[in-house]
Amino acid sequence: MKALKALPARFHIAAAVFLLIAAAGVAGPLAATAGPGDLLGGPFVPPGADFLLGTDHLGRSVGVQLVHGIRTSLYIGLLAGVAGTVLGVLIGTLAGYRGGLADEILMGLTNIMITVPAIIVLLLLSISLDTRSVTVMGICIGAVSWPWTARAVRSQIASLRQREHVDIARLSGSRTWRIIAVELLPYMMSYIVMAFVIQLYGAILAEAALSLLGLGPSGTASLGVMLHWAIAWESIRGGQWWVFLTPTVFITAITFSLLLVQSSLDTVFNPRLRVGKAAR
Amino acid sequence: MALLRHILSKLGWYAAAFAAALALNFFLPRLLPGNPVDTLIGQALRGHASSETKQRVYETYVAEFGLDQGLWSQFLTYIGKTLQGDFGTSFSRYPAEVATMIGDALPWTIALQLPAVLLGWIIGNLVGAVAAYRRGGFDRSVYLSSLFLTAAPYYCLAVLLLYGLAVALPLFPTGGGWSFGNSPEWSAMFAVDAVSHWFLPFLSLLLVFIGGQAIGMRSMAVYEVDADYVRFAESFGLPDRKIVGYIFRNGMLPQITGLALAIGTLVGGALLTEIVFSYPGIGTLLYDAILNKDYPVIQAVTLLVLIVVLVANFLVDVLYGLIDPRIRAAERGER
Repeated sequence: MKALKALPARFHIAAAVFLLIAAAGVAGPLAATAGPGDLLGGPFVPPGADFLLGTDHLGRSVGVQLVHGIRTSLYIGLLAGVAGTVLGVLIGTLAGYRGGLADEILMGLTNIMITVPAIIVLLLLSISLDTRSVTVMGICIGAVSWPWTARAVRSQIASLRQREHVDIARLSGSRTWRIIAVELLPYMMSYIVMAFVIQLYGAILAEAALSLLGLGPSGTASLGVMLHWAIAWESIRGGQWWVFLTPTVFITAITFSLLLVQSSLDTVFNPRLRVGKAAR
Repeated sequence: MALLRHILSKLGWYAAAFAAALALNFFLPRLLPGNPVDTLIGQALRGHASSETKQRVYETYVAEFGLDQGLWSQFLTYIGKTLQGDFGTSFSRYPAEVATMIGDALPWTIALQLPAVLLGWIIGNLVGAVAAYRRGGFDRSVYLSSLFLTAAPYYCLAVLLLYGLAVALPLFPTGGGWSFGNSPEWSAMFAVDAVSHWFLPFLSLLLVFIGGQAIGMRSMAVYEVDADYVRFAESFGLPDRKIVGYIFRNGMLPQITGLALAIGTLVGGALLTEIVFSYPGIGTLLYDAILNKDYPVIQAVTLLVLIVVLVANFLVDVLYGLIDPRIRAAERGER
């Protein structure tokens, strides 16, 4: 709690913006009477009394699509973020704690995964899947986004492992998983939270990028899908600013606020992590 | 000698990564449930299922992958053809060769990305080093604006620039590689036209790269600023420009690794930027291929991007070994 107070003002502003957008994504679809795919008016109606954010090329309400899109994007982001963080922490911990051959193999795999761009792997996966549900997309993104976390967690664990309290636990006969859960992971919590924020950020971006390419989730709106149609139907050159600006502004607001949250957490938590590194 | 060993061990890693990439590119579409080739053909034909098209698609696949053989010999066929630069023919622009289509698009992408990456790297690192040294208001504004530039996905900035500087304020053309009615040729008039179309996508990439590099350099240089050599130089009354130069050189090494690790994201993001501007490069080619389910083109583009990213990574690694004496020392075991 003390650490929370030490956070700079920009953390609170960014967190509030993110939570506000998330709340719109949760409450909006429940409050909206129409679905994101319903044709409600003429094509490209500007924002006004009937439609707060206007309509798109088919006459679907941009506002209704927006709240559904936020929900889809956040759902995929959360699923992929959790999957990526858990996988990364698991693999990193295993490699860092075991060392030796397991370390060599797991880190070799991690390095290869880092070198091969994730977006290309996702693209190949996506064109292979005939229908892409939001859950499948979330799992796919999570399955390729763990290497960064794994690499960082591994180096942290490898240095934490050398500490005396870990030796004492080992000598007193604690099991491996108990040492990891009780002696090692608590030191990593601040780092894991930051890694999760970055994973969430990366996953929302990955979803938007895939959707922009036309490989988005089938049958639902997402922020990237909205941008895809906005570009495909030339709304930028047509000057229908409400169609393309809405997803652009919200993607940017979500990612910028997440990055601000992460960088403010970093300024508070990093000194301790640096001490951990120096002890190696 | 040690440098050679450093390069060779790196080469081994990249060979492994390349093999993995090649295998992914080949096997991924085939390992998923269902008969993948039927799915591919079914998807490719959705909407326009004339028997002539069906026959053409089928023959393309049979010829390209040797479908009557086992999976492993298909893989070998694929590798053999790829090594000869034969990527088959396009579905959507039959009978265009995929290799020719890529050859036409590639110069545009290179002209866009290479200057943006290099200039963005230099400017971004300088801005970051200066920000870390000056601190205070300048630092804060550089940090926040850089964070904004990197946080916003490439294509979002591109959308804003395109609308702001080409539609709302019609200073630049609204996209494409050249004006309607013009065609690519070696003439001064076409060059002027092409540069005016090139500028906005270039600017949008440049800004993003500057932002990313400035943040990395700043966080690196913040530690350098407190180093003894900076105090020492200051006590001698050296000009700021010189001290920032020292900081720049010390913070640069990790930044080169950073560049290597970021290349994949850079290239991927830059391809998406092309789509916004309908710039006639690899990104737009990929976008059109996905819309038309043109699988030979998609697979050739993904392979190309993978190779470029791996080669760029390798070159940066070699460069790193050349300029950082510590690597050579560490290889010899004299830390």
